[in-house]
Amino acid sequence: MVRVQVWGSLKPAIGGDDSVEVEGETINDLLKALSEQYPGMAEAVRRGVSVTVNGEMYANAVMVPVKPDDEVFILPKLVGG
Amino acid sequence: MNVQPDNKAMKRDFDIVGKRTPRPDGIDKVTGRARFGADMSMPGMLWGLVLRSPHAHAKIKRIDTSKAEKLNGVHAIVTSKDFGPCDDSLLDIRENVMAREKALYDGHAVAAVAAVSRSVARQALKLIKVDYQVLPHVTDVDEAMKPDAPVINDKLFTKGLDKTPKKPSNIAERFEFGHGEVEKGFKEADLVIERTFRTEATHQGYIEPHACVASMGADGRGEMWVCTQGHFMVRNTCAGLLGIDVSNLRVTASEIGGGFGGKTTVFIEPVALALSLKANRPVKMVMSREEVLRASGPTSSSSIDVKIGMKKDGTITAGDATLRYQGGAFPGSAVPYGAMACFAPYDLKNVRAIGWDVIANRPKQAAYRAPGAPMGAYAIESVIDELCRELKLDPIDVRLKNASSDGSKASYGPNFGVIGLKATLEAAKNHPHWKAKLGKNQGRGVACGFWFNFGGETSVSLNVNVDGTVGLSVGTPDIGGSRASIGNMAAEELGIPHDKVRCIIADTASLGYNDVTDGSRVTFASGMAAIQAARDAIGKLCERAAKIWGIPVDAVVWEKGHARPASPNAGKHEPLSLADIAAQAGATGGPIAGHCEINAEGAGVSFATHMVDSEVDPETGHVKILRYTVFQDAGKAVHPSYVEGQFQGGAVQGIGWALNEEYIYSKDGRLQNPGFLDYRIPVCSDLPMIDTVIVEVPNPGHPYGVRGVGETSIVPPLAAISNSVSDAAKVRMTRLPMSPPNVLKALGRI
Amino acid sequence: MFQVHVRTRINGDDTEFSCEADETLLDALRDRLGLTGAKEGCGTGDCGACSVLVDGRLVCACLMLGAEAEGCDIETVEGMADGSKLHPLQQKFLDHAALQCGVCTPGFLVAAKSLLERNDNPTEEEVRYWLAGNLCRCTGYDKIVRAVLDTAADMRKASKPKPAKAKKASAKGRVSA
Repeated sequence: MVRVQVWGSLKPAIGGDDSVEVEGETINDLLKALSEQYPGMAEAVRRGVSVTVNGEMYANAVMVPVKPDDEVFILPKLVGG
Repeated sequence: MNVQPDNKAMKRDFDIVGKRTPRPDGIDKVTGRARFGADMSMPGMLWGLVLRSPHAHAKIKRIDTSKAEKLNGVHAIVTSKDFGPCDDSLLDIRENVMAREKALYDGHAVAAVAAVSRSVARQALKLIKVDYQVLPHVTDVDEAMKPDAPVINDKLFTKGLDKTPKKPSNIAERFEFGHGEVEKGFKEADLVIERTFRTEATHQGYIEPHACVASMGADGRGEMWVCTQGHFMVRNTCAGLLGIDVSNLRVTASEIGGGFGGKTTVFIEPVALALSLKANRPVKMVMSREEVLRASGPTSSSSIDVKIGMKKDGTITAGDATLRYQGGAFPGSAVPYGAMACFAPYDLKNVRAIGWDVIANRPKQAAYRAPGAPMGAYAIESVIDELCRELKLDPIDVRLKNASSDGSKASYGPNFGVIGLKATLEAAKNHPHWKAKLGKNQGRGVACGFWFNFGGETSVSLNVNVDGTVGLSVGTPDIGGSRASIGNMAAEELGIPHDKVRCIIADTASLGYNDVTDGSRVTFASGMAAIQAARDAIGKLCERAAKIWGIPVDAVVWEKGHARPASPNAGKHEPLSLADIAAQAGATGGPIAGHCEINAEGAGVSFATHMVDSEVDPETGHVKILRYTVFQDAGKAVHPSYVEGQFQGGAVQGIGWALNEEYIYSKDGRLQNPGFLDYRIPVCSDLPMIDTVIVEVPNPGHPYGVRGVGETSIVPPLAAISNSVSDAAKVRMTRLPMSPPNVLKALGRI
Repeated sequence: MFQVHVRTRINGDDTEFSCEADETLLDALRDRLGLTGAKEGCGTGDCGACSVLVDGRLVCACLMLGAEAEGCDIETVEGMADGSKLHPLQQKFLDHAALQCGVCTPGFLVAAKSLLERNDNPTEEEVRYWLAGNLCRCTGYDKIVRAVLDTAADMRKASKPKPAKAKKASAKGRVSA
């Protein structure tokens, strides 16, 4: 299990907490598991998110591996100028 | 893909990286030969022009193009009917490039014509009759949020709330970031200050208006010449909007006359393509400056509440902010990034930032250099400055005390890696500027700023030519000298002189997909890909040397531009230069090339501290910038002149935003200042020299330690200037721009 | 539309063109003659990207009609270099990295040339005020001003030392909105 933290607005989508534990070995696994378990997360994932693993930001490289003790954070999809 | 940190490389002495070499496109740009968007013509070309809504909000009842169609010389007219079904992700863009049931802002495109000359096209526009039913409108962010505001989109229900509301509104989404308990934190504070700030919408103000030539043949194959930050984005978007196979559209990026985020999307490009499709001839479209200001993508206006608590020793106990940004007539303002970035410079136990994304009858906002961050930083850094003043604390010491550092938890969630904020603050504290004397009516301000920086999808191709020169194709348009910095990194890696590498921007048919030039990503990501492509080529060069010498390839090493035997055991062979091997390429196995296709990760965030002195004229309210110094972490400055240029350019755009620039709408919802005379960007005589201090805290995510530098430089100026003016005027400024009337109001003079 | 026949000299070459009566000199240069070095940034004389010299006067080509150029001697950025030899200002702009995107550069070069022809020893303030009609959004002007001051210093060194004080710039030299 990997503890996934979400940005504040997604708290209601995962039941009010700011984090939840899900099964998975890659970012993709985690997003899929979250989408299946929480409809609110499914919508957020569909619209696009950025994920950080140990502080490193991944915009769409979802095959990045994750380990149980990694710090994983889901954030809105970023844009730049 | 993540390139492993190469700590040896970071500490090593570079031969080319860090040097101020001449830029490869320099001669073309000083002689007038460089071809920008509007400089291209094609045989048989028509001119396209757009008819735009004069109303801020109106139902389009009928468009009659019959008279215009009959005008001699008119070859095509398009309206929203010419843009058929498309993917959901493109719906807002489709509606923004051509209004459908309603015109949503003053300047919204309603129809377009292509004719043999501009004058015929202008006449044709006058012959198009549009029946509008004018609707109530709203342009102000706070007004748009009120329950009785005119509803712009009746299918818009606020997202991000515990319960989705039953009624539609102009509030698209609520965002929340933070951790800890802010109320508990405020109780621990010795002083809590709460303030509300306002900023007006500003425009990127690139000097080159949007321009393109589109040519669609009867065989369904098209070509486009476009001034854009991302020609692959233009290709994919236009193909998606018009139902064309991506491979049938080849897009070439022109030289680009500035973008700053404003050229990361499409406006006239799909329209030109639709006209060309209909006319079966090439169509050129060039926006006027008025069109650029009315109908491209300015930034959000904002209204922000901030509450921060501080102890007498300068410790920040809690920070709470609510940011409201209107992003024009469609959801997607930059408010989440503002909310994420605003407290990022500080390591806080209790922090919360709430963002409200609001729509209004204004053009759909586009990215503008660190989108959303400058306004948030303005509000937070202003309150921190006021707390320091009230508690009689040094503003740099307080920032150092609370500054984020390696491993600290960012206000927006994750932990930071290796960061350079404290280094910029130390540099500021030790700079002579900090101790310089100030005169009457003069003040000094400092502020910090943060931006994320991106990597993204990147594809690079490197060809070794027969004479030992190298052609380097990248897919990220060069706005500020990136061909020089990317070419220099490839030359550094190959060990050849910088002028032996020619870096070009390849078209969409010649290279794999590349994300847009945005997010300060190009020198980082295309540079990383160029280094990888050079390493790929070096592997092949070593193979050829091994073949020539008849030794195994692992007995060959690459050093300073030469293949050498790895050890005396490999035999005695004279080193072969890149040119020596290139000359024999045909005989040893054919052309030699290196490639790299990556999704570059590890961009490494960037921080800056700005310091500014200003003088306020109490009679006129005029603010003069006297002295300005930028301290920013560049990781590794590949080409210091262009790093300085990014620092200076960002600071001066910030000066414009802080002092003069604003979108002014009248009561009827029309933009009142769509020209450079009334939308006043800083001119040469407004400014002092902009001093720069390049701080280098290497980014472990890049082989040379590079961090993006383009965007962070616009984050601190609004706050630094406001703090400076507040110091000079002895009154806290809470509204931008600090134009003479607003300064006189703050001084109580009018 | 009715077209006007115009005879001019452009960058030393006798040149004739036809243009519509309401067509700007800028459009005529760019679209009729292929001289696209001068850029349109605003069309209202506010940005200086279309700066050219007409009979030695600095003009925004977007504010003058093509037809008005009859009999005029016009200099554009394309005529600044002497063959492959760059004008000192062009070289200094490169040396000082005084351009980023480069779209304003032709206008700045023409305007700066016009300044140095009138005043070979301008102060920083004089440079800043002379160039105030040219907008640059990338550089913050710092490196541009340095490039112009450095060019002036070099050009003074190259010419014979003058005993008299340098002539002041004439405020009438510039025609723009």
